[in-house]
Amino acid sequence: MASPARIAPGASVAALLEISGVSKSFSGLKAVQHVSFNVAEGEIVGLIGPNGAGKTTCFNLVAGVYRPDAGEIRLAGKRIDGWRPDQICRAGLGRTFQLVKPFAGLSVMENVVVGALNQSPSVRAAKAISASIIEQLGLEAKRHEPAGALTLPDRKRLEVARALATGPRILLLDEVMAGLRPTETDRMVSLFKDLNARLGLTILMIEHVMRAVMALSRHIVVLHHGQVIAAGTPAEVTRDPAVLECYLGEDAL
Amino acid sequence: MSARWLDDVPSRGLLLLLLLLAALILIPAFANDYLITVLILILYFAYVGQAWNLMMGLAGQLSLGHALYIGLGAYAAAALYVHFGISPWIGLWASLVIAAAAGGVIGFLAFRFGVAGVYFAILTIAFAEFARLAFDHWPWVGGSAGFFLPVANYARNDLLNLRGSPTMFYYLLLAMTAGAFLLCHVLLRSRAGYYWLAIRESPDAAQALGINLFRYRMYVVVLSAAMTSLGGVVFAFYYNNLFPEQVFHISRSIELILAPIIGGIGTLFGPILGAFLLTALAEGVGEVMRAIGLDVPGVKQIFYGFCLLVVVMFLPDGVWPPLAKALRLDGKPSQDRSGC
Amino acid sequence: MPASIFLNVAVSGLLTGLVYGLMALGLSVIFGVVRVVNFAHGEMMTIAMYIAVALFSAYRLDPLMMLVPIAAVLFALGYIMQAGLINPFINRPEHSQFMLLVAVAMIIVNALLLIFGPDARSVQTSYAYDSFQLGAVIVDATKVYAALAAGAVATGLFAFFRYSLTGKAIRACADNYQGALVVGLDVRRLYALTFGLGAACVGAAGSMLVILLDVTPALGPSYTLLAFVIVITGGLGSMPGALLGGMLIGVTEALAGLLFTPSAKSMFAFGMLVLVLLFRPQGILGKSPS
Repeated sequence: MASPARIAPGASVAALLEISGVSKSFSGLKAVQHVSFNVAEGEIVGLIGPNGAGKTTCFNLVAGVYRPDAGEIRLAGKRIDGWRPDQICRAGLGRTFQLVKPFAGLSVMENVVVGALNQSPSVRAAKAISASIIEQLGLEAKRHEPAGALTLPDRKRLEVARALATGPRILLLDEVMAGLRPTETDRMVSLFKDLNARLGLTILMIEHVMRAVMALSRHIVVLHHGQVIAAGTPAEVTRDPAVLECYLGEDAL
Repeated sequence: MSARWLDDVPSRGLLLLLLLLAALILIPAFANDYLITVLILILYFAYVGQAWNLMMGLAGQLSLGHALYIGLGAYAAAALYVHFGISPWIGLWASLVIAAAAGGVIGFLAFRFGVAGVYFAILTIAFAEFARLAFDHWPWVGGSAGFFLPVANYARNDLLNLRGSPTMFYYLLLAMTAGAFLLCHVLLRSRAGYYWLAIRESPDAAQALGINLFRYRMYVVVLSAAMTSLGGVVFAFYYNNLFPEQVFHISRSIELILAPIIGGIGTLFGPILGAFLLTALAEGVGEVMRAIGLDVPGVKQIFYGFCLLVVVMFLPDGVWPPLAKALRLDGKPSQDRSGC
Repeated sequence: MPASIFLNVAVSGLLTGLVYGLMALGLSVIFGVVRVVNFAHGEMMTIAMYIAVALFSAYRLDPLMMLVPIAAVLFALGYIMQAGLINPFINRPEHSQFMLLVAVAMIIVNALLLIFGPDARSVQTSYAYDSFQLGAVIVDATKVYAALAAGAVATGLFAFFRYSLTGKAIRACADNYQGALVVGLDVRRLYALTFGLGAACVGAAGSMLVILLDVTPALGPSYTLLAFVIVITGGLGSMPGALLGGMLIGVTEALAGLLFTPSAKSMFAFGMLVLVLLFRPQGILGKSPS
């Protein structure tokens, strides 16, 4: 797990993740336009917006799947735009996929070990790390089952476990609560709260499940048509007329 | 150290494996020459099949031009022996390096330029064909007329120069096959093994977990190529003649993938089982054909074709996984699903 | 070497290339629509060639005259293969489909070996030694007739895809599988039809090729490979690309055979393939990947 020692003592409150003026178009369609926001170390930030607002594209830009057409992305002060996804992961960024991508033929344990090997080349050590994470995510009972046989909620948990196992400083969560029952949602929420409090794990989450977003985020960024239309505390954002209009107008919620 | 290697292997499986090994070691004492030549063929296909299986089964890269590495390995060692009298034990290092380099070139071109899937398979075919044509026109190694190794008498077993009786080659191939099996077992449980399996299952997810796709794909291609080339060295010294038409031909490439596909891609024991099944059945079919008087060229190949068809259609994971399940060798909960 | 020899060889290669192009067209159509790599393509052509040989030796029927019936037989073969064997495989991993066709190819080649033996067979038509002269260029009559036939069949195919309802339906499947299903097209039947058409192309090409070359069972794999080289060079999914690729390969092969040794001509084709795969994977006329 990301050890507290990774956060340098007396570190400034400079943002861990800085996104400045990032734009991306696909065949003329502007998916993301001049998006800027920061995620401070130890913060939990929610990224919300109607469907098609460009949230996952943002994630993909940050995680290195796409290269921005314009703008900069910095992780702990270093520019990472243009880096490969695996380089960005090694730099301390973990991410989940909206459409989960489990290693179907491998067991739950083996899936997480793949992630944990990012922290330690020894398989034995990776297994130990993985065992603890699997327990935290409540997948202990299914750890030898093939990932392809899991239910969707379990796959989402696996996705999170795998990304956590890489020992990230910041975790990008893409709609991990979708399809979960309220009790399961609450459990995930308390897990993230715990990881954030105990280990200082920074989290940027795309979510539609407002219950989770409100409970976790200290700061929310609202995206609409690829642009940031509002940003602030949950209270501020839910009162913002522009935000209300885009949701009610879109009939999305 | 050895306790760690044997982690997670069910004791029943281990026992059966050791019994098989013991049987294979003792067989030559009871077998006639014909049986030994058949077994040599089986072990040869088990070995090169295992080498190919690394690429396909572990890293998901379909190569249909693996005969390239057999040919390069064969010609390299043979040429050094014939022209300079260099022992094949030294010559094989040249084979390894040359084949690894060829694999590296193909891998580099493929992965840097994003050539994947079917296109990658075709690229491998193209390289093998290219080699076939190139060697056809290379007089130093005999060209299309063939390259011949001096056939010594078989009375003595000269291990240093790999001149000797079939039994000598049998034990050599047995050692190689067992070694390949062990190597794959160790690799599967290493970081590289996990990373290869991850790449095979989902390259996107693998990348997101910090895996450098290019580097690990290159590792497996180069390793597979090098391993295969050693099969080529044995091929050269066992048959004592090399023709580009035969050695690099696409049917050679296809022949060597039959055993792992039928046995089970991505499993450790699959290539070995596949080699046994295929060769034994083919010999059986051959005998029947001879008995009926229908001994015509092509029958064996049609048989192989049907075997492949049946397996691909009804047993897509190969014969070994369902068999292992039936024998309850896929083991206790602690058993890796990806392994033997 | 006098220029006229180059010209002769080039034109000769161009004509033969048109026939190659027709063969590759079949593969392009199959891959473009059904997305299956027909590894038994050359082998299917070999079947057509042997049928032509058999008809010729038994009844002295000119293969070009027999073009339609032979193509029809291959159509049926292709249709049955797709409907019976390949359709269930559509959702299987790529390498499974590949292996399926590799198996079929193996069976075909060796069955032909069993039936006809390994010796080369040829068809000597009455005009086998005729030639036409246009200025400085002398071309074999066989090549001219074969090329004309190839052009005719290709044109027919283009027209079918462009103007007929079924042809458009097939193109719809190729462009958008889900969309086609939603609109109610019987995709499986259309796939079978497409494979049949591709096979028919290859059958027609076989009847043409048999008057130009001798046939042996081993021809199958080399032509499968050649078809792939042409289709990839010309552009996967582009019908004109297949023809263009065919002619290009025909000419380069012929010239390389003249300038270097004859057997080196295939090396050229492979060299071209590698270059295309690396630098322009969509081929000359193919659509650029988005």
